[in-house]
Amino acid sequence: MSEAVVRFRAVDKVFGSGADATKALDRIDLEIPKRAFVSLIGPSGCGKSTLLRLIGDLTRPSAGTIEVNGKSAHRARLDRDYGMVFQSPVLFDWRTVMRNVELPLEMSAIPKRARATRAQEMLALVELTGFERRYPWQLSGGMQQRVAIARALSFEPAILLMDEPFGALDEITRERLNLELLRIWQQTGTTIVFVTHSIPEAVFLSTHVAVMSARPGRILDVIAVDLPQPRNDLTREDERYFGFITRVRERLRGGDAARPRAVEVAAS
Amino acid sequence: MSRIRYYAPAATLFVAVLVTWELLVSVLGIQQFLLPRPSAIAAAFVDHLDELATAGRNTLIEAVGGLAIGGVAALAVAGATARWTTASRTLLPFAIAANSVPIIAFAPIMNNWFGVLNPLSKMMVVAVLVFFPVMINTVRGLTLVEPGSLELMRSYAADELAVFLKVRIPNALPYIFTALRVSATLSLIGAIVAEYFGGARSVLGQFIITEAAFFRFANAWAAIIVASAASIAFFLIILALERVALPWHASARATDAL
Amino acid sequence: MFRGARSVVTFVVVVIALAAGWELVKLLGGDGFPGWTPPFQWQIASDLNMPHVWDIAAAFVEPAQRNGPPLGFVLANAAVFTFREAFGGFVFGAGLGLALAIVFVHSPLLERALVPYVVASQTVPIIAIAPMVVIWLQAGWLSVAVISAYLTFFPVTIAGVRGLRSPDPRAMELMRSYAAPTRDVLLKVRLPAAAPYLFAAFKIAATASVVGAIIGELPSGIREGLGGAILNFNQFYVSGPPKLWAAIIVAALVGISFFAAVRVAEVVMLRGRVAVAES
Repeated sequence: MSEAVVRFRAVDKVFGSGADATKALDRIDLEIPKRAFVSLIGPSGCGKSTLLRLIGDLTRPSAGTIEVNGKSAHRARLDRDYGMVFQSPVLFDWRTVMRNVELPLEMSAIPKRARATRAQEMLALVELTGFERRYPWQLSGGMQQRVAIARALSFEPAILLMDEPFGALDEITRERLNLELLRIWQQTGTTIVFVTHSIPEAVFLSTHVAVMSARPGRILDVIAVDLPQPRNDLTREDERYFGFITRVRERLRGGDAARPRAVEVAAS
Repeated sequence: MSRIRYYAPAATLFVAVLVTWELLVSVLGIQQFLLPRPSAIAAAFVDHLDELATAGRNTLIEAVGGLAIGGVAALAVAGATARWTTASRTLLPFAIAANSVPIIAFAPIMNNWFGVLNPLSKMMVVAVLVFFPVMINTVRGLTLVEPGSLELMRSYAADELAVFLKVRIPNALPYIFTALRVSATLSLIGAIVAEYFGGARSVLGQFIITEAAFFRFANAWAAIIVASAASIAFFLIILALERVALPWHASARATDAL
Repeated sequence: MFRGARSVVTFVVVVIALAAGWELVKLLGGDGFPGWTPPFQWQIASDLNMPHVWDIAAAFVEPAQRNGPPLGFVLANAAVFTFREAFGGFVFGAGLGLALAIVFVHSPLLERALVPYVVASQTVPIIAIAPMVVIWLQAGWLSVAVISAYLTFFPVTIAGVRGLRSPDPRAMELMRSYAAPTRDVLLKVRLPAAAPYLFAAFKIAATASVVGAIIGELPSGIREGLGGAILNFNQFYVSGPPKLWAAIIVAALVGISFFAAVRVAEVVMLRGRVAVAES
């Protein structure tokens, strides 16, 4: 378990104060091992995005401790240990595709030449070679999101945090990007934490699916998805794939029948 | 080709109006001081070309100088206050209210402060006139940043300077240029109105007043055309600068071409 | 209610800060007073160029002319006169502006033919056309209102075109599926969609109408309004600098009040709708 990249201990997150206070997350215990692909799934309001933002130190816990890469989440952010991909691509209109991918590298004061090389590699990884000099508005939604992924990966972060990155895309684009993301995950060896509300997507991508419940947000269960790697289009037709989908669905529906207090993700 | 076709109606109308105007004035015998004929205006233009060129140049200097002073001051104030988002947001309504003050009323004061014959007095009127639109738009551009962009920068542990340089300023540029485009026309009109309260001899405002006072409206109209051409030219220069400075903005601009 | 009270307090604070800053400048570089010699000598800060705040305040209650009514009374009348011109200009301009916008939205040909001139019209300094308008229409508040309308119609036209084109295309298709006549599409879809845009333009037009009224008075020889007062007190500035300042302050108040009135109308009319950011 020393290999855990993310470790939550008894984490609470409360928004507001006094009578208006709402408990978004309630006593979360979670460990995410290195190189895992963990999906957080649950109804809206279950705090899955909040959980992701806690890992990224974009918001602070009300109670409990969070360790990222063996240090505090705050320290990990300052050390630039993770890359973030949001639901919308959040590209800068005024920068070309290339310069958008270079943005985090500029923050780390990497020399210009090295930045360009690295950005080229990343764009090749997301299959956008040839689009370096385009501006974001000249790209489709799916392409923009691939630029955002290239940007998040450009500084080789240990962890990739993805908040419903494909939520706004159509089904066909989404399935293609799922395959691409798996390929990138295999090639780079990063740990991925992925928020989604699509059960098939969660099962298809993940080594572990964390099923959450709402009000207050809790982790009901963590289901290890041991479908063979690498996954491909055939995976989607595998009988066990459907079995996992059913299990996640039942877990989501089942509420907190057998709620485990502490959940430990087994290293796969 | 399509460009020519697009502007064909406007060009046709232009010619038609000129011809009708010329004919009506001749046929109906409208007196020259009520409405001069286009040909008379053209003749006046040719006759007074030197005077008009000098006056136009002097007025344009006042307008450009005023826009530079007011614009720089507005950018400085907006940049300094945008750091405190809540403070600048609270003060914004007051800047908007100040913008509804008829600034032109200050023209005589500026004449007293800086001297009637000093071009600086006109520049200061223009500067005050353009200050508020530029400042208001700059504050908006610097503060109306997509929250996602700020979160992204936070995930990179970017410091405030980096956020300002890489997010806020680029975000504000389209807003600033919008204000500058409006201000370009405003600055010329402001300079001419300020000249009405007294100014050096060879400026457009004084030229127009003098000629109108003697009912030489053809000359006044010739000067109006110079003023209009100067302000269109100024506007187009700002527009050209904008295209160079904001290459990414091409898509958005196509829709607000008006 | 609470928010309103707070903005009144902020307003008072801003005014006091302005007055304090004014007097501070005079203290540092003005004419000084017995027992105090300012460290600087700024020409701008002299009593002639920057009268004391209390002198300006006192000017309001002192007679404007020997044995005449107090200046405040004179300026209030002038303000009413100028506001009438401005309001007329606002109504003419807004009406013309909206009419043009409706025409442009329905006729691409007319739009292409006329829009370049609508834009170019705003580069013509109104002070230059004012004398001619006065000759055509006779000097009076009506001719000034027409001059003022020249400034006010433009923002309304531009925002109107944008607003009338702003409805969701699906709403337009819905009306099409009802086989709705053009008039219904205009009244039930286009105009309601344009309302926020129009109010943003009305606010600009309100300001422009006051500017237009003051400027319009200058070359028309009309002396009953604020433009005339400013011109008049400017001529006799040396004999009473605070009077010109008082006239300018009243002009500022008229501008701000008209703007605020339109803003209030906007809040009332567009209750519950999302405001369009004015630019």
